[in-house]
Amino acid sequence: MTTQNAPASMYRTTEGLGLWEHKGKVAAVGIGHSPTARRWDGTAGNTLGANSIFALRKAIEDAGVSPDQIDGLVLDPVTTTGAHWEAGDPLPMDVINTYNQTDDPLDGIAKLSAEWLLKNMPELTNVKFTMYGQGCMSHAIVVAAQAIGEGRAHTCLVLKGWHNLEGRYNQGGVSAAEEVSGTYATGPGRTIWGPPGSYGTALQFAEYCRKYGKSHDMMAPFMANSRRNGLLFPEGYWAQHRPEQLTPEDYLAARWIAKPASLFDNDIPIMVSAAYLFTTAERAKDMKQKPVYILNHASSRGRLRSMTPTLDEVQAETGSTGKKILEGAGITAADLSFENMYDGFALFHQFHIEGLGYRGMKFGDALDFYQTDISIEGPNPVLPSGGNIGSGRSRFWMHTDCIQQIQGRAGARSVTGVKPEIAVSGGPMPMGGNFTVWSATPD
Amino acid sequence: MVKQGVIPDELTKPFWDAANEGRLVIQNCTACDRLQNPPAPTCGQCGSGDNLEWKAMSGRGKIYNYGVVYDCPIKLLQEDQPFNLAVIMLDDDPDIQMYSHLPGTPVDDVPVGASVEVIFEATANGQKVPEWRVVS
Repeated sequence: MTTQNAPASMYRTTEGLGLWEHKGKVAAVGIGHSPTARRWDGTAGNTLGANSIFALRKAIEDAGVSPDQIDGLVLDPVTTTGAHWEAGDPLPMDVINTYNQTDDPLDGIAKLSAEWLLKNMPELTNVKFTMYGQGCMSHAIVVAAQAIGEGRAHTCLVLKGWHNLEGRYNQGGVSAAEEVSGTYATGPGRTIWGPPGSYGTALQFAEYCRKYGKSHDMMAPFMANSRRNGLLFPEGYWAQHRPEQLTPEDYLAARWIAKPASLFDNDIPIMVSAAYLFTTAERAKDMKQKPVYILNHASSRGRLRSMTPTLDEVQAETGSTGKKILEGAGITAADLSFENMYDGFALFHQFHIEGLGYRGMKFGDALDFYQTDISIEGPNPVLPSGGNIGSGRSRFWMHTDCIQQIQGRAGARSVTGVKPEIAVSGGPMPMGGNFTVWSATPD
Repeated sequence: MVKQGVIPDELTKPFWDAANEGRLVIQNCTACDRLQNPPAPTCGQCGSGDNLEWKAMSGRGKIYNYGVVYDCPIKLLQEDQPFNLAVIMLDDDPDIQMYSHLPGTPVDDVPVGASVEVIFEATANGQKVPEWRVVS
């Protein structure tokens, strides 16, 4: 079987669609995470593929189903954190030969197909539906939820894996070339002018600060809160490898990457995989963990006019995304117990939550809100997962946290100032991403 | 600052040829009367590639925004860090943006909103590229 990308029709990208037709009929039950690592160590047991198999088996076990009950698999086949296997680099044949291979030797090492997984998980004997939600876990979740709602699958695994190799972020390949093509040179993207990854977000943040009279140091409480929450996330990178609290002083003293974006405003690339088990609300009732119902999914597909999004473009898009998220779930922002919108880069989290209207926020309010109690113990938790800043670049901590909080399995990270009933997670970018509304009840 | 050399390709060759002649041209859809940058095979509005031309610009603009790059992924630019990286809005159409290192402007002392004019600099392989200088 050859796996296809999800068709555009599976994403809810426009306002005015009304309630999601499958609201409350799809549920998340099982969760599985691999261990984290900063980079691949070159061994067969710690590849992207191995991590992904580990996470999938954990999710199956966590849900309490037998592997032969699984009939669907949705994943993102693109797994790079910015690290690429350079053309001409020797292939690690000892690692490759450890696994059952597809026709691409880097499958399972620097990319991941559904076919590779099925070849190496012989216990998945009844998978009849596979699909790619390309981008990140936020895409895959949306595709899996829609697939179950439409009856394409009934018990479906959702997976995102990441590989990270030796070398500095995005500094190989075309970045090291003496000459580049004319199309590359005119951008957008890195271009011959050399913007780092966080440059675009830094620009939007700079304009935001000028417009609303805010400053970079106002981010410090948010950053400290995110790392604190991340250190309470035992599946995360910082908790597992570097249990260091980030103080406001550390943050303010950090070196710049693309001023006003500093080192800590950029998430740290890591190796990690995570998987969830989704099923119908009906089937979920009999599984091992409490079902977390999906009330809606919504997607953003903003189009920028020229080289880099302006603040006006960003705010128009996040405002529209917020409306889509709430409309399809049939809720208002006041119904949200907490939010887990994306944060990798830290300097755009405020665009997401202002667009959502979290706790009545309007554009320009978020940095003042960060100066209040945004902790997991308070009435207004901001990013209780800690996000990518708190646990490394996975783009899925926020989804795991929503499920765990509502299931009552978030441990020391549990929100205590609010009852975890309805939450939203998603991303990545303010100009483009996918978002999910989670609930303790189906209606 | 010497940027990576540029090898013009089919899509962008008119842009680079004009730069070598000291002219700034931007893609324009004659059906929509709409400029677009970066260049693309089709118009971002009507979706057609049949009505695209390269239109001469005045070479005037304003500094819309900027950041300061301290950790650049491009190897050739790393010895020049930190450096300004600004976004220019063209006077011909403020929706159209171009990047600039703002030669002559001190690092992190960028006058947002100031007027700029285009100049042309040689890249590593001699291909010229549009750059922007603050108009005093």
